[in-house]
Amino acid sequence: MTVAPFANALRPDLQIIFDAMPVGARVLDIGCGGGELLSALREAKQVDGRGLELDPVRCADAVALGLPVVQGDANVDLADYLSDSFDFVVMSQTLPATNRPDKVLDQLLRIGREAFVTFPNFAHWRVRSSLILGGRMPVTKLLPERWYDTPNIHHLTIDDFRELVAFRDYRVTGEWFLSGGKRTSRRLSNLTAEHAVFRLKMG
Amino acid sequence: MSGLSGQDARFGLDRQVKLLGPVKLESGVDFAPFDVAYETYGTLNADASNAILICHALTGDQYVASDHPKTGKAGWWTSLVGPGKPVDTDRFFVLCANVMGSCLGSSGPSSINPATDEPFGMDFPVITIGDMVRAQAILLDHLGIDRLYAVVGGSMGGMQALSWAALFPERVERAIVIASTARHSAQNIAFHEVGRQAIMADPDWQEGRYYGIDSAPVKGLAVARMAAHITYLSEEGLTEKFGRKLQNRAEKTFGFDADFQVESYLRYQGSSFTERFDANSYLYITRAMDYYDLADPHEGRLARAFAGTKTRFCLISFDTDWLYPTAESRRIVHALNGAGADVSFVELSSPFGHDAFLLDPPEMNRIIAGFLGNGGRP
Repeated sequence: MTVAPFANALRPDLQIIFDAMPVGARVLDIGCGGGELLSALREAKQVDGRGLELDPVRCADAVALGLPVVQGDANVDLADYLSDSFDFVVMSQTLPATNRPDKVLDQLLRIGREAFVTFPNFAHWRVRSSLILGGRMPVTKLLPERWYDTPNIHHLTIDDFRELVAFRDYRVTGEWFLSGGKRTSRRLSNLTAEHAVFRLKMG
Repeated sequence: MSGLSGQDARFGLDRQVKLLGPVKLESGVDFAPFDVAYETYGTLNADASNAILICHALTGDQYVASDHPKTGKAGWWTSLVGPGKPVDTDRFFVLCANVMGSCLGSSGPSSINPATDEPFGMDFPVITIGDMVRAQAILLDHLGIDRLYAVVGGSMGGMQALSWAALFPERVERAIVIASTARHSAQNIAFHEVGRQAIMADPDWQEGRYYGIDSAPVKGLAVARMAAHITYLSEEGLTEKFGRKLQNRAEKTFGFDADFQVESYLRYQGSSFTERFDANSYLYITRAMDYYDLADPHEGRLARAFAGTKTRFCLISFDTDWLYPTAESRRIVHALNGAGADVSFVELSSPFGHDAFLLDPPEMNRIIAGFLGNGGRP
């Protein structure tokens, strides 16, 4: 297996998904941006990938790469996808921006047999100290927007996510944690990880 | 210029051919023989795998990238089609045919009826978008093209592109559908009916038997065009271009002259249209569009029109297009997703309404070039 040269340039959470993705899978990437992950998967893993992206310019970027990407809104459009029509559904850094993350999560595991979900961890120590000591909503390198202009309307922590997954009877089949773009351990991840990647399936 | 045009009379600019057919029309009529006027650009490669069919809109023609013989104007889609353009004629063999029912050299109501040696007029059979496509398929057979690399169209051209994919899925590798729809809505039909009634209310129409005499229903046709032209523009675009500005005068005249610039503009659009278009063709083609509903043969389930398709689709809509609004493109996207098809879709922003697809939007060109490219593969 040759690895596409640009695969190295993927965002760290996308690189984890790229590495874990089986060859030839059918993948739906929700919030696929300009198609960075999809094009890497297509080149190096012969993945049959589709994308959904809200932003028309980024959507045009992806389509101009020859990727089958549809402009749309995950809050409403996921209902139109057929059940079990994909091997994997990917949602990277988009879950906190949805209206009802719990319902979106249900949709992911209805449409796909498995899902990859990545999100920034609001319980990272730097976020905590910023809130506790500064008394203000945190603005960090990972969460650079201010409270009023962030697209993230449902901030969550790694422990929050685990609780939702358990409540919904979904099963975690893989988990990765990132700090400063590097892998970090599961132990104390809710405090030390800036970012989490979960692989999920029906219970 | 076609590299083959010197050797093979089938290829080149301003071609016309009489084909035996028959075109099996949806109305049940077998129409034969029939004329098709068309143009080709670029060179068909040895295995005929680089052919792109461009489908024109209601009042369009085959002069997609060459000067119109009657008006002298440049081809209507030179922003998209030509050497080095998104539909690159250095790489692709590009074909555009005048649709059946029209008046630029393909069989239509102004053609001679071999049974009477007179123009058909209203004896021409009522046709559908599917019939236009079936006629084009026979032309492709004549040209030795089995499969299309792509079929591309905006507005009614997009309807043909979708119909191509639905009727001949094995012959279409890619379909690009711009500012279009899978069915004509009540509002679409209503506007067309206004246009048809304007033509038929013109005393010069004479039940369509106005050929060869000095009077044609140009007033009715001009009004039809004026009404339709409004639907091609956005309110925002009209306001920006004309506002309430007066036409070459400082004051209102308190009469019914074209006081406002927008009136003068529409009158000009109407009258210039009558110089290049036949009123009966306008009746027949608008009828074909109104009958168009791809889900109709499938109990209203649009996804079934594309079941099992291997065609790759690219849909583009414009946010100010209220003639075929984004919701219609989304409906097609949902159906194609339901059919498991490979589909791309983008709604682009433009102030120009439905006509945006003809006005060189850079994002559209980038998307089409990418979609027609090597698929991103090295």
